Amino acid sequence: MSEMLRLFRGGRRASLVPNYTVMVLLALFSLGPVCVLAFNSLKSNLEIGDNSLGPPTELHLENFFNAWVQGAFGTTVRNSLFLVVTTVALVLLLGGIAAYALARLKPPGADAYMVYMVALSTVPVWLYLVPLFVILKRIGLIDSLWGLLLLYVALESPFSIFLLRSFMLEVPSDFEDAARVDGASEWQVLIRVMLPIVWPGFLTVGLVVALSVWNEFQIAYVFIHSPELQPVATSYYSFQRRFYTDWALTSAAAMMMITPVICFFLALQRRFIEGLAQGGLKG
Amino acid sequence: MALDIARKAYRRGAVAYVQKARRRLGGRSFRRNVLPWLFVAPISLVHLIIVIIPALFGLYYSLTEWPGVGRPEFVGLQNFRTLFFKDMHFRQAFNHNLMWVAFFLTVPFIMSLSAASLVAQIRRAAMFFRTLLFVPYVLPGVVVAFVWRMMMSPRVGAGAQLARWGLDIPLLGHPFLGDTQTALWAVAFVANWPWWGFLMTLFLAAMQAISPELYDAAKIDGANRWQEFRNVTLPGIRPTVVFMYLMSAIWSFTSFGYVWVLTQGGPGVSTELLVTYLYKKAFRYFEVGYGAAIGLTVTALAGTLVVLSTLLRRRGWEI
Repeated sequence: MSEMLRLFRGGRRASLVPNYTVMVLLALFSLGPVCVLAFNSLKSNLEIGDNSLGPPTELHLENFFNAWVQGAFGTTVRNSLFLVVTTVALVLLLGGIAAYALARLKPPGADAYMVYMVALSTVPVWLYLVPLFVILKRIGLIDSLWGLLLLYVALESPFSIFLLRSFMLEVPSDFEDAARVDGASEWQVLIRVMLPIVWPGFLTVGLVVALSVWNEFQIAYVFIHSPELQPVATSYYSFQRRFYTDWALTSAAAMMMITPVICFFLALQRRFIEGLAQGGLKG
Repeated sequence: MALDIARKAYRRGAVAYVQKARRRLGGRSFRRNVLPWLFVAPISLVHLIIVIIPALFGLYYSLTEWPGVGRPEFVGLQNFRTLFFKDMHFRQAFNHNLMWVAFFLTVPFIMSLSAASLVAQIRRAAMFFRTLLFVPYVLPGVVVAFVWRMMMSPRVGAGAQLARWGLDIPLLGHPFLGDTQTALWAVAFVANWPWWGFLMTLFLAAMQAISPELYDAAKIDGANRWQEFRNVTLPGIRPTVVFMYLMSAIWSFTSFGYVWVLTQGGPGVSTELLVTYLYKKAFRYFEVGYGAAIGLTVTALAGTLVVLSTLLRRRGWEI
């Protein structure tokens, strides 16, 4: 009804030209620098010297090869993939069963536990980073991907539990009751009944966690020191300091890091935006 | 109808059956009271090891003097006395951090609220623009920092290139990151670049949940765009804005990454924030106890904001 009214009175509405103008300018502000990065990754440093914004005149694809070798991307990508896969798997498994218990079994104290989750996710990492470093050092988990994995699981899970729980709350309980009548255990209810319904929620959470682990730099920077154990983002930090003014090489390395991210984002943008927006809780 | 009755009867029967089965197994209390916590236990254990125990240790370390090896020496509140009354470096970091918080509580909100209200008005291509403006948010911070270091460089930056193209904009070629007067704002500008588009997406979603009838009513009353925004949009999205305001305050008290990648607190101490100072103290100068004291102070600052806003809301403030 209101839609029809709006169409009917369309002629009287204020012009939208200013809206589009501002939006185009803002889109330029957001994407312009990314385009410049892509352009510069294909130029020689000589060309960047007199054309640092425009498209390249000739393609220097060897930048990518050089950056891959100089940045030891073979090793760092493997480290990052290990972290991404294991963190996502553990967060979905441990967070998933916790969310199921909190959303569907509703034990007494579940609400209090959710408040505790919120508190946990707002505690600044820097309160416990120093003592954590000391503790992990004592048990030999400094400079170890397993130690970092444990940290990522702890940091990513409160938001994941939140999101998974909210997805599970929307499922009507008839299906589960039917399964329980048939004598299914809670574990079977979760795997056979719940998971087939809420898997899109798991996918959303998995994407958000994967993105944040792939991009994460500061915690890995504190806890990993050996170059051969560094994930891509942390290794890129030292890379761009080592080749401080080698703009072409550093741009090429950056492009290798962000191309998969941008492709995934554009392909699955609805899920990404939904997950990230609902995870507004998370830094 | 008949089907409905049958289904109800079935469900009633089923519920009774489940209850009987539970009673028989004595499993009612187990399934309701124990099993759920077994499901929650593994992740809670991870939280305990990674967050809770270290946080408690942090409280203790903040009362000690400790170079990271040997035994921590208990010194009471001495770290905090030094921190608040003697340490000029800390005071500078604190002042910079206040400016930083002020920036993140104004600029991104003004940008994202205006952009969101502009996008909300257009039907066609609204989601397309939303996607474009969201792209910077998915990029790694280290890459964002690099891109802008390049764009602001006096030699290959945007200002320099525009000058080469004959469009000399006087201030644009300034080495913003290298000048103590501008460095802090330059870093804040870079940190805001991916952030405001994310805020815009949140506000846009909240705006699209407002009933269109309210806008029609405002139009009939002859409201102009500003009045419409002030009286319809803003009240509609207030919970989202307030929540993000609180989170922004907490996060901007604990910012580290962008400053660290771009300037490491320099030039001089012009971009030192509380957490970059903490990092230097704890991991460069090995003053672990002192670093823990800074960490506790930062948490207390953020915590005060949360408690304050909760109290004000309890007392009926409309925030």
